[in-house]
Amino acid sequence: MTALPLALKGLKVIEVGGYAAGPWIGKVLANFGATVVHIESRDRPDGFRLQYPPYRDGVKGINRSGCFSYFNDSKYAVTLDVKKPGGLELAHRLANWADVLVENMRVGVIDRIGLGYEALKKTNPGLIFMSTCNMGQTGPRAATGGFGSQLSALAGFCGLTGDAGGSPQLLYGPYIDFVAALMGAPLILAALDKRRRTGEGCYIDVSQYECGAFYLSGPLFDYHANGKVVERDSNADPVACPHNAYPCKDEEWVAASCWNDGEFTRLAEAAGHPEWAEDARFATAEARRENAGALDDLVAAWTGERSAEAAAAALQAMGVRAYPVNTCADLFTDPQLTHRKAWRVRKHPEIDYQAHYFPGFDLSDQPGDVTAPAPVLGQDNEIVFREFLGLGREEYEELERNGVF
Amino acid sequence: MLLEPLRVLDCTGQLGWLAGRLLADLGADVIKIEPPGADLSAPDWRANNVNKRLLALDLEGEAGRSAFLRLAKEADILLETAQPGTELAAFFDPEKLRAANPRLIHVSVTPFGRTGPRAEWKASDIELMAAGGAMSLAGEPDGPPLRVTAPQSNPWAASQAAVGALVALTARAATGRGQHVDVSAQGAVIASIAHAPASWDLIGVNPLRAGAFMTGRSVHGAVYRVFWPCKDGHVNFIIYGGVAGRRTNEGLVAWMKDAGAELGMLADIDWATFDPTQATQDEVDAMESPIAAFFLTVPKAEFLRQAFEREMLGYPVNNVADIANDPQLEARGFWADLPAPGGGSERHCGGFAVVDGERLKLSWPVPAPGQHSREVLAEFGFGAEEIAALIESRAVVAR
Repeated sequence: MTALPLALKGLKVIEVGGYAAGPWIGKVLANFGATVVHIESRDRPDGFRLQYPPYRDGVKGINRSGCFSYFNDSKYAVTLDVKKPGGLELAHRLANWADVLVENMRVGVIDRIGLGYEALKKTNPGLIFMSTCNMGQTGPRAATGGFGSQLSALAGFCGLTGDAGGSPQLLYGPYIDFVAALMGAPLILAALDKRRRTGEGCYIDVSQYECGAFYLSGPLFDYHANGKVVERDSNADPVACPHNAYPCKDEEWVAASCWNDGEFTRLAEAAGHPEWAEDARFATAEARRENAGALDDLVAAWTGERSAEAAAAALQAMGVRAYPVNTCADLFTDPQLTHRKAWRVRKHPEIDYQAHYFPGFDLSDQPGDVTAPAPVLGQDNEIVFREFLGLGREEYEELERNGVF
Repeated sequence: MLLEPLRVLDCTGQLGWLAGRLLADLGADVIKIEPPGADLSAPDWRANNVNKRLLALDLEGEAGRSAFLRLAKEADILLETAQPGTELAAFFDPEKLRAANPRLIHVSVTPFGRTGPRAEWKASDIELMAAGGAMSLAGEPDGPPLRVTAPQSNPWAASQAAVGALVALTARAATGRGQHVDVSAQGAVIASIAHAPASWDLIGVNPLRAGAFMTGRSVHGAVYRVFWPCKDGHVNFIIYGGVAGRRTNEGLVAWMKDAGAELGMLADIDWATFDPTQATQDEVDAMESPIAAFFLTVPKAEFLRQAFEREMLGYPVNNVADIANDPQLEARGFWADLPAPGGGSERHCGGFAVVDGERLKLSWPVPAPGQHSREVLAEFGFGAEEIAALIESRAVVAR
């Protein structure tokens, strides 16, 4: 049997913008075979190339950012300056070639540079054009720009993290950007389904803030229906108890929870203290919640004498939910993630070997892959403009002389 | 509608609910299958299962199972969350189901994936947020790792399941064949932690929880405050550098002046040349002290208004009530008011995007128990007598 091509082979995507929210959509599509072209310019490279560590060996450089490369593996990169003679026309040709355009700039910017949907659809009516930004394209605060790390506060996530009565907590990075990217990708693929039937493209307006609401849709419903305001409550759960992260040896932690009396009885057995289940303070879920502090202390005393792996394995063996609190380092040695090939190491010309995230899903017959390391700035100008767009040698050289690349 | 009316059988528990909801918003005909007598009143259930039809079908018994296999023969997509190693997971056998329906796209959403050394480990939200690395990065440095109080691993897993289902649908348009999509919630959660793993991978620095402060920005090791108590809660504000930082810092100082607030050392800073990477902790503390005093007088809504008008970076720390009452969402027609059981209406998140100027439309309110059982079975070719027999045997409950 000949191997099937990747599932999205032939799908052509271009990206205008940068950072995380737009590029993460393209990365996931590229991992399943889409041809994704990341557009930058020499004057305005993707902000992630120079604004955030880590850099290989700690040395800053336009092609050394592990942050940029983490979000842009498996893609092509071109540099195209629309302000130079012939630049805008070339961008239009690229948009005519593409099936999908994703942009994540502030509202109005894409129109201003001459690459708005109305301008592009005239010559490419099948184009699927997605704009993703903080607030969406309309509404009184549409013009708000900003970072996903801060938008995650407006969207409720930071306020729901932390101790009751304590400070809200940061979530690492622009949490909500990835929420919106993973809700944006299905929109694009569904729009393709429509285009297969009708030949028509469309304009998709994604508000990252609104996407975030879907990750809190239950609490929002509870507020609308019952006036209840869910607040941050450390690691507590309204049903399960115990339900927490417990300290282990060597500054490790293990997360564990019991969802009914039977599970708690088994946890007590796993810990070598079957008498806990008989203790009036812990006999029912209600009693356990009332005495959660005392119970957490007992569980922590048991976990504190073992590694997180050993504690989790002992609890799982008794059918109790538990898992080590993996740090970033642990993610690379986790046996289950290793089995799933969650990390794909690729060699980059300047960064050398880097591990790339493979999405949390895969297909049985046409599995995806990290097909290439992240591109260095402008590395694919020749391939994209000459091979994909079919520019002649002279035409290409003239644009080069005009400073378009 | 973006999707043709694909037939989706949604047998998921909470780990996969949102996947069906997203497909439904995109235009698929999603049939939620629940056991007869299931409690459908929980806010999480209602919010994630709106816009689906409901079939009350017992998948534990023989009659219900053989009915399900007939449905699966006619379906485009199956979504399920059976725990690996259980008898139900064996029933949802990808090979067997696809042999009966080669066009079927079968999506399994499980804590750790369908195969592997820990595939059969059990997990709820807190274990998945731990396993995917998210908890190690949230919380105070001297406190425990934290999860977000409202479960997040469910939507992380389910939205990746929706992507996987539609990647397989795109492939099916070319090959004519469905395939199995295996979703690991643990793997899905890793998407939430941005590029943090690259820090360990490339420079050997293992990022850990930093609490309410921003670290790693000053060469002197100074930390910058991120969350500030305000009059009625907290705001997220950071003294940044760069162009946007300059505009933000200048905007704040102008606002404080307008409000007659004490400026302290802020009055003397030239924000055009200010470089946050060069500040010592004493300097940061001296800058932050008048800001902290000022923010204590400012309500969240006022912060949001001023930050928008003055083009400052920063947002209030909203709770669900703030989000629910945000005029921005109202203006964009985000909320969908749908008929509620017993009359009146209930408010849901509306369609999750605006396409060609129109918000994706919800076709169905939250279904009542057994509401669509008869019509769904009839549409899948069950005769009146067969339906009656299923109801008689209690494999199906219908209204």
